[in-house]
Amino acid sequence: MSLTNEKIIKMYTRMVTARLLEEMLNEMFNEGMLHGTTHLGIGQEASGVAPCMTLMEGDKITLTHRNHVGCVGIGMDVKKILAEMFGKETGVCGGFGGSMHMVDYEKGNMFANGVVGGGLGIAVGAALKMKYKGEANIVICFMGDGATNEGMFHEALNLASIWKLPIIFFVENNGYAVSMPQYRSMNIRDIEKRAESYGMRSIIVDGNNAIDIYNMTFSAAQSVREGFGPMFIESKTYRICGHSRSDIEQLYRNQKEIDYWLAKCPIKRLEEYMLKNNIAKSEMLKEINTQIMDELKQAVLYAQNSLEPSLENIGKYVYAK
Amino acid sequence: MKEITYREAINEALAEEMTRDENVILMGEDIGLYGGNFQVTKDLILKFGDNRVMDTPVSEAVIAGCAVGAAMSGLRPVIETMFSDFVTLMMDNLVNQAAKIHYMSAGEISVPMVLRLPVGCGTGAGAQHSQSPEAWLCHVPGLKVVFPSNPYEAKGLLKAAIRDDNPVVFCEHKMLYPTAGSVPEEEYIIPLSQANIVKKGTSLTMIAYGYSVQKCLVAAMQLKPKGIDIEVIDLRTLHPLDEDTILESVKKTGRVIIVHEAVKTGGVGAEISALIAEKAFSYLKAPILRIAGMDIPVPFNKTMEQACVPQILDIKKAAERMMRR
Repeated sequence: MSLTNEKIIKMYTRMVTARLLEEMLNEMFNEGMLHGTTHLGIGQEASGVAPCMTLMEGDKITLTHRNHVGCVGIGMDVKKILAEMFGKETGVCGGFGGSMHMVDYEKGNMFANGVVGGGLGIAVGAALKMKYKGEANIVICFMGDGATNEGMFHEALNLASIWKLPIIFFVENNGYAVSMPQYRSMNIRDIEKRAESYGMRSIIVDGNNAIDIYNMTFSAAQSVREGFGPMFIESKTYRICGHSRSDIEQLYRNQKEIDYWLAKCPIKRLEEYMLKNNIAKSEMLKEINTQIMDELKQAVLYAQNSLEPSLENIGKYVYAK
Repeated sequence: MKEITYREAINEALAEEMTRDENVILMGEDIGLYGGNFQVTKDLILKFGDNRVMDTPVSEAVIAGCAVGAAMSGLRPVIETMFSDFVTLMMDNLVNQAAKIHYMSAGEISVPMVLRLPVGCGTGAGAQHSQSPEAWLCHVPGLKVVFPSNPYEAKGLLKAAIRDDNPVVFCEHKMLYPTAGSVPEEEYIIPLSQANIVKKGTSLTMIAYGYSVQKCLVAAMQLKPKGIDIEVIDLRTLHPLDEDTILESVKKTGRVIIVHEAVKTGGVGAEISALIAEKAFSYLKAPILRIAGMDIPVPFNKTMEQACVPQILDIKKAAERMMRR
């Protein structure tokens, strides 16, 4: 199925929502309005949103500490995301999870993991259930380049491969694991190569080109859905912001490198594509941006006006039932 | 009633639960045709097929991770670790994932899985195949830790563990596998977090779990002619604890000995001692005593191996000393 114009507009809307949400969160942290930390996904909107746009009812994703873009990508309610950032009862995790642990099982987000590589086993298990039950669903397991150096990465890819599970391992290679550049953490240029040793098919995509990512993930997903076993996608992108709130000086990289990637902004590139192919006019794009900004402002108000979780419930969810 | 071994009791519990609920699946190393390292899953692959009894590669981390994900998705996986020592390789998935996801998702997602761990020394397998790691796991809110002491207990507790909606660590003592005991023909379940008074008594309370319960019972029988009437409590579930049964017994006898094979420092006995000190101190007629494994890795040499964990004689002597006070 080719990308319809309607779907492209929806993808664009989610990418812009993710960008504006992250910018807004950054400002609110700077103003001291939010507690804790956050890992901004600015620059990775194509990698985070486009794969989610290929999903069908019942498909699942697992996300990482840098998960807000994926949460928006899979269509989670920004009101509930923001309420969680504020630690409120109305948040997606009722204030128990926070920035790194956004969950919305119904929408397809099984869990966002604060442990690098922590989501891989979970994704494999979810795919096992789909295969066991004979469902036509798939899992997309998101991870960063750093996770591919974890032992779990190798165990998970191997198991998914020998059991022919319906899963796509989607690496958002943003160049850095905190301060560690990829070239210092592994002796290969393309992480994709690692998949081959598990007998797994793999592809590399331009991680800042939403259309390419959609198309390639879509065909990969189709083959995975048909029972041909897992696939591996390396999406080469870049983390524009620091690793987290505490990564201030960023001595490990220079502005020239950041500028190079700023010029490849995935949102700008999608806008150019949409204008060139008459998918939208610039007024329409402006209108979309304005609407999103309004929606986000409403969402912040919603979050601020929501109740704090009751201290009476502090131990309520340790055990089920 | 029928006589079966601890090993057979666990096998029966697995088979019955797999028959009852198709969401129950097994994963682990060599659990298929090989029957499991301790032959606990013997023939289950023939009854239920290889899509429900799944041999895995030697990949403990992803076995546990896969179980977490499958459990979050609605299955009830039961996984086996070849030796409990290898639980170290599963720790992220147990501690950071399985135990916390229900909490962090505000109850939206539960993780109904069971991890079976062959625990304990006595097999001459050395320090990396003989540990009793149960206390590490009791320190994690969100996990339940169960340790049956005989075939009857093993069957009833495992069935409860599989039906529980939380991650349950199910410890099995290797020396108990070949031991036999009576088990009802009809179905039964033993609820979690309910300790069992195995033998009533008035002079002294012995609190134990797993293999140590058997040792305490022998000690109690041998001390009876000497006029020492010991109450033996089988904890069954180590976490969360059944505090009431412990405290009621201690209030009655005023003397308590806690026995376990796991090393003493930071062990389950330390937790129970603190509980009694906090909530029943004024009832005590003698200081609380722990008889536990020595704070050393389990040695290979047979005499040393036996010396490093509590034996019946140690328990008897300690009880007699305590009664003389």
